[in-house]
Amino acid sequence: MKFHDLSIQEMRQKLLAGELTSIELTQQCLQRIKATDSQLNAFITVCEEEALAAAAVADQQLATGSAPLLTGIPIAVKDIFNTLDVRTTCGSKILDNYISPYDATAVAKLREQGAVIVGKLNMDEFAMGSSSENSAAGVVHNPWDLERVPGGSSGGSAAAVASGQVVATLGTDTGGSVRQPASHCGVVGLKPTYGRVSRYGVIAYASSLDQVGPVAGNVADCALMLGVVAGYDPADSTSVDCPVPDYLENLNAGVAGKKIGLPKEYFIDGLDPDIKKAVDAAIETYQQLGAEVVSVTLPHTDYSVACYYLIAMAEASSNLARYDGVRFGLRQDSGDGLIGMYQQTRSAGFGDEVKRRIMLGTYALSSGYYEAYYLKAQKVRTLIRQDFHDVFSQVDFLLTPVAPTPAFKIGEKVNDPLQMYLSDIFTIPTNLAGTCAMSLPCGFSKNELPIGLQLIGKPFAEAEILQAAYAFEQATDWNKRVPEL
Amino acid sequence: MNSRYEVVIGLEVHVQLTTRTKIFCGCSTEFGQGVNSQTCPVCLGLPGALPVLNRQVVEDAIKAGLATNCQITPRSIFARKNYFYPDLPKGYQISQFELPICEHGWLDIETEELGGKRLGITRIHMEEDAGKLLHNSDNSSSVDLNRACTPLLEVVSEPDMRSSEEAIAYLKQLHQIVVYLGICDGNLDEGSFRCDANVSIRPWGQKELGTRSELKNLNSFRYIKQAIEYEVERQIDVIDAGEKVVQETRLFDPDAGVSRSMRGKEEAHDYRYFPDPDLLPVDVSADWIEQVRKSLPELSTAKLQRYQGEIGLPAYDAGVISSDRPLAEYFEAVVKHYNNPKICSNWVMGEVLGALKDKKLEISACPVTPELLAGVLIRIDDKTISGKIAKTVFEKIWQTGNTADQIIEEKGLKQVTDTGAIEAIVDEVIAANPDQVAEYRGGKEKLMGFFVGQVMKASKGKANPGMANQLLKKKL
Amino acid sequence: MKINQQDVEHVARLARLSLSPEDLKIMTGQMDAVLGYVDKLNELDTDGIEPMAHAVPMTNAFREDEITEPIGVERTLQNAPQQADNYFKVPKIIE
Repeated sequence: MKFHDLSIQEMRQKLLAGELTSIELTQQCLQRIKATDSQLNAFITVCEEEALAAAAVADQQLATGSAPLLTGIPIAVKDIFNTLDVRTTCGSKILDNYISPYDATAVAKLREQGAVIVGKLNMDEFAMGSSSENSAAGVVHNPWDLERVPGGSSGGSAAAVASGQVVATLGTDTGGSVRQPASHCGVVGLKPTYGRVSRYGVIAYASSLDQVGPVAGNVADCALMLGVVAGYDPADSTSVDCPVPDYLENLNAGVAGKKIGLPKEYFIDGLDPDIKKAVDAAIETYQQLGAEVVSVTLPHTDYSVACYYLIAMAEASSNLARYDGVRFGLRQDSGDGLIGMYQQTRSAGFGDEVKRRIMLGTYALSSGYYEAYYLKAQKVRTLIRQDFHDVFSQVDFLLTPVAPTPAFKIGEKVNDPLQMYLSDIFTIPTNLAGTCAMSLPCGFSKNELPIGLQLIGKPFAEAEILQAAYAFEQATDWNKRVPEL
Repeated sequence: MNSRYEVVIGLEVHVQLTTRTKIFCGCSTEFGQGVNSQTCPVCLGLPGALPVLNRQVVEDAIKAGLATNCQITPRSIFARKNYFYPDLPKGYQISQFELPICEHGWLDIETEELGGKRLGITRIHMEEDAGKLLHNSDNSSSVDLNRACTPLLEVVSEPDMRSSEEAIAYLKQLHQIVVYLGICDGNLDEGSFRCDANVSIRPWGQKELGTRSELKNLNSFRYIKQAIEYEVERQIDVIDAGEKVVQETRLFDPDAGVSRSMRGKEEAHDYRYFPDPDLLPVDVSADWIEQVRKSLPELSTAKLQRYQGEIGLPAYDAGVISSDRPLAEYFEAVVKHYNNPKICSNWVMGEVLGALKDKKLEISACPVTPELLAGVLIRIDDKTISGKIAKTVFEKIWQTGNTADQIIEEKGLKQVTDTGAIEAIVDEVIAANPDQVAEYRGGKEKLMGFFVGQVMKASKGKANPGMANQLLKKKL
Repeated sequence: MKINQQDVEHVARLARLSLSPEDLKIMTGQMDAVLGYVDKLNELDTDGIEPMAHAVPMTNAFREDEITEPIGVERTLQNAPQQADNYFKVPKIIE
């Protein structure tokens, strides 16, 4: 079975009706992973034993009728989430042998709802990348074209859903790491408002930007997953104590009368013509559905990549100082003292992109440069947030492309980090502003690569963009197309 | 005092707080537990763990700020201080940098040499402690992270001290304050109150400061004094030899009485402070400050003044009793039950402290509660017992925990005030000592003491000495 | 040039990374390109603009001073590269 065939809610109905057991479902899931992952490399770790044990428990729960929302449904999470007693590598050699002693809050919430965690998904090392090529576990391949990248950093999370390995996954999004791979793989991915989902137990890349986000095959499953993981967590000081709505409740509210903003800075000359065509068609669809479309401006968009990388790299340089070979993870020591051990461990354990960002971040915080780089970037961040604040007084949400091009070829941008960074131009600003955004399929390029549409909502207006996405999904059939594997 | 150079000292004191749990996680701060047993993902710096601030630490910091005349910063910020060391799990210490919680305070000290002086406090900030590092003989070090993430206040003084005496006076007063506030156990041996000293010298009259060295590892008042004095001499020698003092960190070795340079560790220190994105700003409202202010105990300096002024204790008594909060509270509780402060202080400083010292007990463990002690004093006052019998009663209370009245009753220690009974004893004494009676009547009035003593002896101490005196005078 | 090889070497020391001479050269070039690019922020006048440290403007997230269970010595040490007598062991600190 491929998991495109059923949605989470359909699986739940079958499980509750006794037409399917969780053990069967989990076994099929594991089989599909076995059959396809040699091509995709979406998984770093498959937890077969643990998953089957959890499925057995789920079947008991289903039998007794006390079965919460995700009981018995196989789910996978990006390898950035700590999972109790399971290897958690974050795509890095430095954590190759790391067995976590605790669950991330988001993982604990999945378990509370009865989910069967089948494995840990491949990713760019420490979530640093836009292509899932920077992983110690090897490159992830796009299920639509195995020679292309699935996007990143949550490339495994998107590829696994797109290829029908699992029905839904969790990723993380610091500068587009859920939305861009969702777009490249033709699935639905959502980056919630900063503070909506707990970051506790999510290995930090850039703390002020990181946010957990669900990836699923359709909007309703994405909404359901968000509802499970969202909410205040006293273990995360930056999580926000505001009620979580039922995201499924008014999903079919439609967009009639809604005002959609098209930020002119996102519709630039360099935009791939296939993408432009698909997004223009989406705009038309929304107009047909009764929404009003207006042009708006986010004047500081052009500064967001520079602003983002300075902040993210500075925070990363500090967040990654704990990988020092003392308490866990890799240690390399040729016997020339502590500093030698530190340098050997970190040089051997981190990949090139991670080293590059640690170096740039360290430089941006160092004495004499802090104000010119880090502080300057924080001030520009204020301007970027203000742009969004201003625009949201005029419109309900924004509509933009997710990425300037469809998925590129593996290896195409590896040697030009700056070009790679620039490909995140449309997703980065929302992380800086802290607001919510999602990616959903809106078409295909001439060479059959999926194209994503981005909806950007007001802070904590996830329900609103999910409704808009659902309306579009109902009016089109882009999400019905699946890659052949 | 050196004739050629002025000494300039600034102090950085790390005050370990007595909160139950660590500053950013719920692990216990209890001292002396099994190695690496008080740890969790947060204080181990495991991937993905996040800090959450202990509210009590903020309260304690506000208390310390108010007690040292600081301004409380309306919005303070936690920052990361980045450096690698095996006792620092995250590779950064969470501290405060640009906006500490308290600023611009001062303490008044008294030294014999100079009298009163006001010393500035630059700032007080909250931070986490590091773990403990042991250096082994086999070319390795061992790390215990129980102490990692324990809450500290760092109190930074202005470079206002001009001698080791002033430095010690400042430290003793700061120590007394934090212990009085109940925010620190003050235990120097266990590292609950640690001091680094910045020491420099300059020719008298020179405005700019000389190059300073930072002395570390000073964990007793005596060592601090020694270390500062050693450093001053060392710097004078360096300058006299025509060389320059180098800015450096020096580690004091109390056994050798010398300090050694730690220059190797200085290599490219660049802490790259930046606001910690995992923690939110701390806003302290005026209401919160007021609430904390109301909860502050009366501090030793205020008690000292009150004891000397309002309740009229001699300076010495006031000084001894106010120096220790539990002792002062004991004393005040005695006074509450028996309102004669001078007699109370005599007893507290005499019998109580004496007995505690004998038994090596703290005042908090004194078996004679303030109420029990007051019971004794009341019975002296109403002449039920004499001062001498009272001491016996006190001992019995110490042993049994019974009240003075129970013991007086049980042992029949009630003073005899029945004129007839005392008269009978007086007659006996006069009859038994004819020679002394003759001498007394011959003008040797000093012998009255002898007769009173005889009466007391015959009554086993129970006769009222005043009445005995009167009756003797009449009969003789 | 925004940054030279010496600067890069200094930064590598701060970050406890060691780079081979060849890596150093590549790193210098790549860092220089990125630093050149981010210079564009200086086109913006940010005088009087508050720096933004958090995405959501909140303050005062506290926990109460209540003890929670530690994870225990075994879990504490389960990933330790080297340990003895319940301590993490590290190479000697050469001053």
